[in-house]
Amino acid sequence: MSGETERAEGAKEGKEAAVDRKSDQYQIRIRGLTKSFGDHKVLRGVDLDVERGKIHIIIGGSGQGKSVLMKHLMGLLKPDAGHIWVDGEDVVPLDDVELNRVRRKFGMLFQYAALFDSLTVEQNVAFPLIEHTKKSKSEIHEMVTKRLNSLGLRNIEKKFPAELSGGMRKRVGLARALVLEPQILLYDEPTTGLDPVATKNVDDMIRDISKETGVTSVVISHDMASTFRIAHRISMLYEGKIAVTGSPEEIKRSNLPFVREFVEMSGTVQFEGNDKCADDDEDTQTRPGDR
Amino acid sequence: MATTPGGLMSGPDAADEPAPPRGAWDRVVDLNDRLWAFPTRGIEEVGKHVMLFGASVRWLFKRPFRIGVLVEAMDYIGVQSILIVGMIGLFVGMVFALQLVSALRTFGTEGFVGATLGIAVTRELSPVFTSIVVAARAGAGMATELGSMRITEQIDALSTMAVNPIQYLVTPRVLAGTIMVPLMSIFFVIMAMTGGYGVAVFIEHVDPGVFMENLRWLVDTKDLIQGLTKATVFGTALTVISCAQGFNASGGAKGVGIGTTRAVVGSFVTILVLDYFLTDIILVLQNK
Repeated sequence: MSGETERAEGAKEGKEAAVDRKSDQYQIRIRGLTKSFGDHKVLRGVDLDVERGKIHIIIGGSGQGKSVLMKHLMGLLKPDAGHIWVDGEDVVPLDDVELNRVRRKFGMLFQYAALFDSLTVEQNVAFPLIEHTKKSKSEIHEMVTKRLNSLGLRNIEKKFPAELSGGMRKRVGLARALVLEPQILLYDEPTTGLDPVATKNVDDMIRDISKETGVTSVVISHDMASTFRIAHRISMLYEGKIAVTGSPEEIKRSNLPFVREFVEMSGTVQFEGNDKCADDDEDTQTRPGDR
Repeated sequence: MATTPGGLMSGPDAADEPAPPRGAWDRVVDLNDRLWAFPTRGIEEVGKHVMLFGASVRWLFKRPFRIGVLVEAMDYIGVQSILIVGMIGLFVGMVFALQLVSALRTFGTEGFVGATLGIAVTRELSPVFTSIVVAARAGAGMATELGSMRITEQIDALSTMAVNPIQYLVTPRVLAGTIMVPLMSIFFVIMAMTGGYGVAVFIEHVDPGVFMENLRWLVDTKDLIQGLTKATVFGTALTVISCAQGFNASGGAKGVGIGTTRAVVGSFVTILVLDYFLTDIILVLQNK
């Protein structure tokens, strides 16, 4: 791994042919991804490599296309151009039926959990098991309870999502994403709308799950405190491209003005020769990037 | 975004530069665009509905078959609408009988009230009223439910769990509407004829034998088939419209509200427009 911060912008153009699509090191590889909505160009050639088993956080301001990029990973959106290889397989040309096969490698935690509000917590978490396995009702019940307990959720199986707090909903969403033991977990702004304590709990959860299961985690976030706390690799999406990728230390040391501005404004890093993260709980109370 | 020193200078690119005066040609182009916007949007909307209908039919024949969701949708669209359809059927039959007896008595032909009511109810009133009731009750409900699921990313969540949302959410509802609306319209016919018979015979003292004889003489299975064909098409149309409006909702709670309104208004207009053309086609076919 390079010790230097890597500037990706424009550098990888024309290198598609050289990409090792089936790599042991990288589980997801993206090259030249572009997407427009009408006249508005959101992604302008995204190149990204996500390492197997690591927590890779994609940062960027609101409206930079983070969610759009994530939706492309699971085939929820089709790009105008570019490639996305998941375990060496290009998912861009796949049809709905083939995509469903690839999607079973993924679990996704949505920004507001996206729990089915007409189903109870137990039915929500059991949903993927009922859809994709032939397990008996009692086996499913046991697996769901175990999964919920492992995330610190007890005696809420019969409750409906509307009866839960934001943090609990996220944990139920995570339980649902994890129940089929995916290889890749996608998190869409997992700490948005949470108080500092709940934010730290979610961070710990992401880190613990990554450690325990070896799952590859892709997180999109604008919460720099959380990002520096848990990331193995950080990429910054800026003006529709991955402007920079590096380890947290490399990002903190970056000289690129928009990276410095983004990190500085988040209040997590002081740039006067001091790269130390500020106190976690204080950071999360004021997050200028939050809507 | 970096600012350039030139950004403060006045020049052709300056933001505060007044727009050049618009010529007559520009206004013609504008008017042309506006005139075409309405039909273009209309064609787009129809296209969206046809594509969703096509996709829901395609997914109907792919595994897994979602019997549980279908039964739930049939319950919501059909069983839970029985009371209101029955009530409306009963009173429509009663008021029609009252009006018909009053009109026919002028010519001394009130004995034909059963036949006249039978033809009106089986051919027109039952499919149209039943569909409108279902569109207002279940159609609005479906549009709101799917719209809320769309804006809270629940539909995306289904996709991420490798479940096709059209197969899971749209196909069972469209199939349920196609099955249940004609069944409900039969129930409407029974209730309307019962109400009409009650008013004609017990209140207006029309001879029950004449009422039934004329009914049997003038109303046959062709009329029932006409009504059921229309109810089947209306059932499909209203569920496709309601699901499409919910499925394609955007823009938060307001978007869901707009989708629901469009679902109900769109269903009503479509039912009445389709009614005319279907009647024309069926009458031509039946009179061949």
